[in-house]
Amino acid sequence: MISGRERTLSAIRDALGRGALGPDEKAKLERRLRYPRANVVPARGQCDSREGLVATFIAEAERVNATVERLCSGDDIAPAVADFLRAHNLPQRVRVAGDAVFKDVRWSDAGGLEAEAGPAAADDSASVTGAYAGIAETGTLMLLSGPDSPTLLNFLPPNHIIVLPEGSVVGTYEDAWHRLRAEVGTGIAMPRVITWITGPSRTADIEQTLLLGAHGPRRLHVLLVDGATSAA
Amino acid sequence: MQSTARAFTANARQALDDAKLQVALARFPEGFPVKRRLAVERLPEFEALRDDAKEIKDHVLAHLDYYLERFEAKVAERGGQVHWCSDAEEARTLLVKLCRDAGATTITKAKSMIGEEIGVNDCLEEAGFKPVETDLGEYIIQLRHEPPSHIIAPAVHLSKDQVAEAFRAAHKDLPDDRPLNEPQEMLDEARAVLRRAFLSSSVGITGANMLVAETGSIVLVTNEGNADLTQTIPPVQIVIASIEKIVPTLEDAATVLRVLARSATGQDLSVYTTFTTGPRRSGDLDGPQHFHVILLDNGRTRMLGGEFREMLRCIRCGACINHCPVYGAIGGHAYGWVYSGPMGAVLIPNLIGVDEAKDLPNASTLCGRCEEVCPMRIPLPRLLRKLRDQQFEAGQVPPLFRYGLRWWARLARWPALYRLATGAGVATLGRLGRRKGRFRKMPFAGGWTNARDLPAPQGRTFQQWWSAEKGVRQ
Ligand code: SF4
Repeated sequence: MISGRERTLSAIRDALGRGALGPDEKAKLERRLRYPRANVVPARGQCDSREGLVATFIAEAERVNATVERLCSGDDIAPAVADFLRAHNLPQRVRVAGDAVFKDVRWSDAGGLEAEAGPAAADDSASVTGAYAGIAETGTLMLLSGPDSPTLLNFLPPNHIIVLPEGSVVGTYEDAWHRLRAEVGTGIAMPRVITWITGPSRTADIEQTLLLGAHGPRRLHVLLVDGATSAA
Repeated sequence: MQSTARAFTANARQALDDAKLQVALARFPEGFPVKRRLAVERLPEFEALRDDAKEIKDHVLAHLDYYLERFEAKVAERGGQVHWCSDAEEARTLLVKLCRDAGATTITKAKSMIGEEIGVNDCLEEAGFKPVETDLGEYIIQLRHEPPSHIIAPAVHLSKDQVAEAFRAAHKDLPDDRPLNEPQEMLDEARAVLRRAFLSSSVGITGANMLVAETGSIVLVTNEGNADLTQTIPPVQIVIASIEKIVPTLEDAATVLRVLARSATGQDLSVYTTFTTGPRRSGDLDGPQHFHVILLDNGRTRMLGGEFREMLRCIRCGACINHCPVYGAIGGHAYGWVYSGPMGAVLIPNLIGVDEAKDLPNASTLCGRCEEVCPMRIPLPRLLRKLRDQQFEAGQVPPLFRYGLRWWARLARWPALYRLATGAGVATLGRLGRRKGRFRKMPFAGGWTNARDLPAPQGRTFQQWWSAEKGVRQ
């Protein structure tokens, strides 16, 4: 019996009126995959100055209902998290990712803030994670999964605080892929889940009324840390 | 899903008489189309991006075998498994088997159009599982046992009262006297109910917006985050994707993403865009242990080899639907199957047969708005005309209409005769309709005059008017 695989592939070749591709053509396509080239890249995300990129990132993130707070140093992370929780009447308890950016953060110094690492639990009210990059063109945060950064931290708790070092703001999606290729790789080392987050979760499924916090977080708060190096 | 596309005319008439539906449809023009326009105006490169997106997809379609094999190899390299199915039946059988192997009871699902095509929910229920749709709109219509009326806004035809009614009927364990008047209350209730489903689910089924050949990743786009919970919590993930969803590289995916959300909802990008590659790695704290991708043909290779190949560029954004005057008047259910609007009118006859959907190619005014807004530059009006041609050739057009067309064609080949005949006709009609300026009824033209009046001609044909006008201008 021929397999579904063979059936589909031969149906495709019949439809295209040719047999399997020859080695030359395959090599050409292989090159297209090995050396990916950018298509048209919008000017909006392209800016020579870092300050310009950061300004675009903040403006775009705020357009999609994220809130952005700029911090002078990593020392300000814990107090900023405590303030955010207080402002929204949330318990002083967060689930944190184990990203390097947090290694010097002394959570307990910020009043009674409790921070616990590990995967998200169903009743966690807030999480704090790092971002691999911020993409200016649409105010998008790029997060990578890994042993220290379980994916559910980004989705289960209704409040999500993301720490983004200013040095990690890039202009465009292509810039983000470029950085990932250079630093992590897109082969076997590529993280299992790459999540792009653009604002808090939302739905307009009931009478086209926009509501935030459908399944994912209702609030997305970005702490943009000056002077910090990349989270990776 | 069982189709009622055959009954299009009756469906459409019913839709026009459905007061609640008409209220819902009246909200439409200020929604997606306006937002799309604003998003496009903010991106000067949009037209150039459309060209690139089209080119990427044409390139993929011409080398589809290569890219699929390459994608399969990458998925396998990362510990996932790819299955190939030719038709809906094969896919359903496999799906049930995979769910049995997983010892599933509750199965969470993220909205998938290919899932609708093959009737995933019905087949899982028949096999004794409990499939739960997790996209809010899709969940609502699942409770109401009806198909989606729009590919990106499945419950757009409903009022909040109808949603509340469905929730009260389904969520029996909640107090009867709870307030359920505002969309926010309904969302909170659905979020809590679905959270429980997520946490008890043993299989997560998703579609895929794209498959990336370079990395073996699947790309999922949502605003709610439901696809991410669906693919991260249960121990088994099953992705169902039709074979044309491939793009070569991450850069190509970025290009398609730039036109997708803008065309669909007018967002620059949907809230969540997730690239997932294979099952949980060692050391990971969450993610499925098993990762399956079902690559499904279901009519695609037939389209690839025929006149409708261009339709395979479709990325299911819904822009053509949002801008279609016919959809705006009758909504999605009238089309009778899982797709609707111009893309549905082309896809449905192609996927379930022209015989099953005779009226759909005619459910269009060919006004051209759909092609204008289609990010993948699919010539929808031309494809609809092709379907009409096919119907004519297959003798599916009623005899009177055929004779009419044949006579007109003969006449048109003899300009002098054509001028004589049209001149006489227009003069007569002009005299007859002089008093009212319009006709309420016209022999042989009931299809036209039943729903609108035919304006009476002014007594001259265009050609007569034009020669006179030319005389004056010279
Ligand atoms: S045909 Fe074009 S506009 Fe319509 S859904 Fe497909 S891609 Fe979008």
